Parts: sequence; C-alpha cells; structure tokens
Amino acid sequence: MTYELIDLTIGYGKTVVADGINATLEEGKMACLIGQNGAGKSTLLRTLCCFQPSLDGKKLLDGKDVSRLSAQELSTMIGVVLTDRVDVQGMTVRELVAMGRSPYTDFWGKLKPEDETIVEEAIRLTGIEALASRQINTLSDGERQKVMIAKTLAQQTPIILLDEPTAFLDFPSKVETMLLLKRLAHEQGKSILISTHDLDLALQTADTLWLMGKSSLIVGPPSALAQDNTLALFFANPNVNFNAGELRFTIKR
Amino acid sequence: MSRRLTIPILILSVAVLAMANLVWGSVSIPLADTVSILLGKGASGHPSWEYIIMDNRIPQMLTAALTGASLAVGGLLLQTTFRNPLAGPSILGIDSGANLGVAIVMLLLSGTMTLGSMTLSGYLLVIIAAMLGAGCIMALLLVFSQKINSHLMLLITGIMVSYITGSLISLLNFGATEQGVHAYMMWGMGNFSGISTERLPLFAALCGLGLLSAFLLMKPLNALLLGEHYARNLGYSIKPLRTKLLLVTGLLTATTTAFCGPITFLGLAVPHLARLATGTHNHRTLLPATMLTGAILALTCNLISTVPSSGSIIPINIITPCIGAPIVIWIILKK
Repeated sequence: MTYELIDLTIGYGKTVVADGINATLEEGKMACLIGQNGAGKSTLLRTLCCFQPSLDGKKLLDGKDVSRLSAQELSTMIGVVLTDRVDVQGMTVRELVAMGRSPYTDFWGKLKPEDETIVEEAIRLTGIEALASRQINTLSDGERQKVMIAKTLAQQTPIILLDEPTAFLDFPSKVETMLLLKRLAHEQGKSILISTHDLDLALQTADTLWLMGKSSLIVGPPSALAQDNTLALFFANPNVNFNAGELRFTIKR
Repeated sequence: MSRRLTIPILILSVAVLAMANLVWGSVSIPLADTVSILLGKGASGHPSWEYIIMDNRIPQMLTAALTGASLAVGGLLLQTTFRNPLAGPSILGIDSGANLGVAIVMLLLSGTMTLGSMTLSGYLLVIIAAMLGAGCIMALLLVFSQKINSHLMLLITGIMVSYITGSLISLLNFGATEQGVHAYMMWGMGNFSGISTERLPLFAALCGLGLLSAFLLMKPLNALLLGEHYARNLGYSIKPLRTKLLLVTGLLTATTTAFCGPITFLGLAVPHLARLATGTHNHRTLLPATMLTGAILALTCNLISTVPSSGSIIPINIITPCIGAPIVIWIILKK
C-alpha cells in the first residue's frame, strides 16, 4: 500500500508548522524522516498517524482519501510505534502483541486460533520468541521496541509508522532495530516510515530519505540526495564535512 | 497454575462471607437454623429469627456485596481510564456531588422538613437528592470532558470540582442546626443496613446495570492500558469511550452513595488487591476479580461492623479506611 501526501499543510489550530508537503511512502520500502528538532517531524508523523488533523491538502492510502476512512478501517491500515513508554504491569509480551489483533477480534476480544497463529508469526518475525512469556515491565528498552513492532505486525497493517524507535537504545540495539524494520519492508512488503535522529544509521539503511527542512520536505534515495549535494547543503555546518561517496558525515579537525 | 484458581477461590470466599453475614450479628443465630430459614422451613421456637434473617440480614448482606462490587469496579474503570493508580470514585467529585445533594436536603431544608429523622419519605428524598447531586456533577464532568483532551487535566478538573462542592457543604454545615449536622454526619459515615426489602430490587437493578455495562467495555479497557494513542491506533475513538466509562462509573458511584452514603476507600483499594491476586492487568480476568474482591471486602467490613457491638452498628466508614489504607501502603512497600 502506498501513502501519498499531496500539498499537505500540518500544524496546530491556526499555527502552520509546515506546508506544501508532497511525498509518497512506497510499498516494500523503508523511509527515514530526518530533520532538526522543531522542524515538525513529530507533527508530520502525528498527522500521518491521524492523531491530529491536517490543516490543508490530502492524504491518500492507495488513492483513497484518508479523511473518509473510519477509525476502525484506519486501524487495519496504519500501525504505529510511538515514543510513549508502555509500562503496563501484569501483561506478558504475548498478550501485548495479541492486542494488535483488537481491530479483528469479536466484541469480547477473544482470540481465534487463526489470531493466535498470526500473533506467533509476528513474534517469530521480530525474533522475540524467547521473550514471549516475559512480563512487559521486565524488558529493556530495545526489547520493548521490538515487542511494539511485533504488535503492529499482528495488527497486519500495510503501513507502519514509527516515532524515533531508535532513541534511548544502545548502539547494537539501534542497528538491530533498523535492520529488522528494513527486512520487514523488503520481505513483508510493508511501507515503513521512521522518524529518527540517527543520521548515520538512516543514511546507511534507508531506501528513501524524507528531509524535513525549514521551507519544505525533500524526498529521495540517500545516494541521489548525496550526489546532487542536497544532503551536504541540508546539514551544512561549519564543523562537519560530508563525504558523498561513503554517505558519511565527519567532524572537521 | 494457581492463578487459574483465583476466580473460583474468590467466588467461594464471597459465598462463605455471605453466609457468615447471615449467621453472625447482634443476635447469634445457629448455622443450622439459618439454613433452615433460608430453605423456607423456619426456625422452631424462634419466629423473630426468620424476620431477622429475611428482612434484615439478607438485604444488608446483598447491599454490602453489591456496594463493594460496584465501588470496586468504578475504581478500576477510573484507574484504567486515567492510567492513575490513585484514581477512585471519590476523586472525580461524583460522590461529593451526592454529598452536596444530601447536604442541601438535610442541612438547608431541615428547618421545614423533618428529614434528619430518616422517616420513610425522608430517606427516599435523601436518595433522590444524592442521585440528583451526583448527576449534576457527572453532567458537568461530561461537558468538561468534551473540551479537555488530556486525561490528567480532566482528573485535576474533577478534583477542583470536588473542592468547590466540599466548600459548599462546609457552608451548609456552618449555617445548619445541630440536629441537621448530626444527621448529615451519620449519613456520611456509611450504612449497609438502610435498604429495605422493598427497595432492594431497585438498588440491585441499578448496580447490576452498571456492572453489566462495565463488562461490555472490557475490550476497549484493555486497549486503554497501552495508553490513549495506541488505543486510538487500534481503532477506538477516545472521547466517546471516555464518556461511556464516566457514565458507567457515575451510575455505580451515584447509586451506592445515594443508598448507603459515601463509602470510602473500597473503590481505591480493591482494584490493587485484585491485581495482586490475579497477577494480571488484563480486564478479562481483572474485572470479575475486582468485582468479587470488592464484595469480599465489603462483606468483611459489614461483619466487623456488626459482630463486636451489642445491638448498635459501627459505621462502615470507620472500618473501611482501617482495612483499605494499610492495604494501599502495603502494596506501595511491596513495590
């Protein structure tokens, strides 16, 4: 499923945070949303999650206007992983992943055998089999992040949006999370958008970069944005050099 | 797993305590005679025992069990909705609304109507006043809930509202007669024995309606455990859901407060006990467990209130904090 933004204006009430946003989140690709603090990454992501209304423009899911979809329909199309720390007690990993089945289960939320299968599959895909019976509040931040990703897999949404999933993680967990998401995009055909401050990681793993600047949103593959000097200009800073060939920023000595 | 036995054990405890509530009291009636009275055979040589059991202890036992269950479930709904372990039916000001209604009837109108004496019509008037008071505060909260997005801010608004009603009650107390103040104070101490056999069906129906509605909200309650945003992403519209939860809690709180007075601490403490007993926050298990634990605690309090005294009953609100507060402290220490 593709998620297309046409001339989107985002903001709160009368305050415009960014406008003229045109971008497409493509099926089977992982996109990274990058920008300085205050550029409006969170606002954009919240707008895409439909947690807040857009001020103008259109959001289309496979050509269908999102504003015409019910909350129930949306819950089967867009899955989210947020920065909100889920610190429920007395709930196992398996139970939390199974919450992703809510849009599909009956009035009482009872899991059918096929739901159980989907939950186990989501646990397997994210590689958290060993954690499945653990309590959520005993997990590390990295493990918790994977559990929430498994929840969106159980939710079976073609679109997955993640708000800074690598923040607060140690380096190996950051790499692991990014590679997991990339694998899910490529192997499961998910359309994945991640907001992140981990520039190096994003440059090396993303299929597409969404650069959120002061004026507008620039979208393209990392290599193309490196070649045409966009990246170097975007992160222009007297203290760093950009190596377009290696897709690397280095600190000037 | 011993956890699987939790619910059956709780059910058994409710049954045992319910029976104990029939057997023990200011007049001791042997178990054999109690059973025979329950079976409709009566007790030989003690015609008054039948009256005590059927018209006195059964309504009181049922009132205690229903009140405990209702307040506990009300507390659980609020704790889940606001994701706050300290939320309880009294914190949103719903029961202080009932208090205000009763205070107006007892303190402001006591000069013209003898309601403090708890005559039949007076008691009915107290119930109506409590219901109206709780209803007004509920309506006010629902209006606020449409305007306020943040759960925490809504909670604080509720606390502010209960401060205002509290101050109005103080004003009414200040200007009232000694007799009125005493009657109001006695009502405020809580009482499971005020519901007669004739009024029990209405009370049970209102409590039953609230408890049933709570069960119907089990699935969205679980989604709310993940927080507002995740619940939204799972397809729930938060404001309508919150409105439903507030209405159910309001019904449960208003009903019990109107009929039994403001019973403190059960709503706050019981959900914690139930979580400890079941080891889960999943409402599929937690909701029934909370209901049963609420009944158990209320029946225990009722037993304590009648057993040691000779003839008179210790007010419920003297007992509930003595049991409820140590439980909450114990849970905090255990963490």
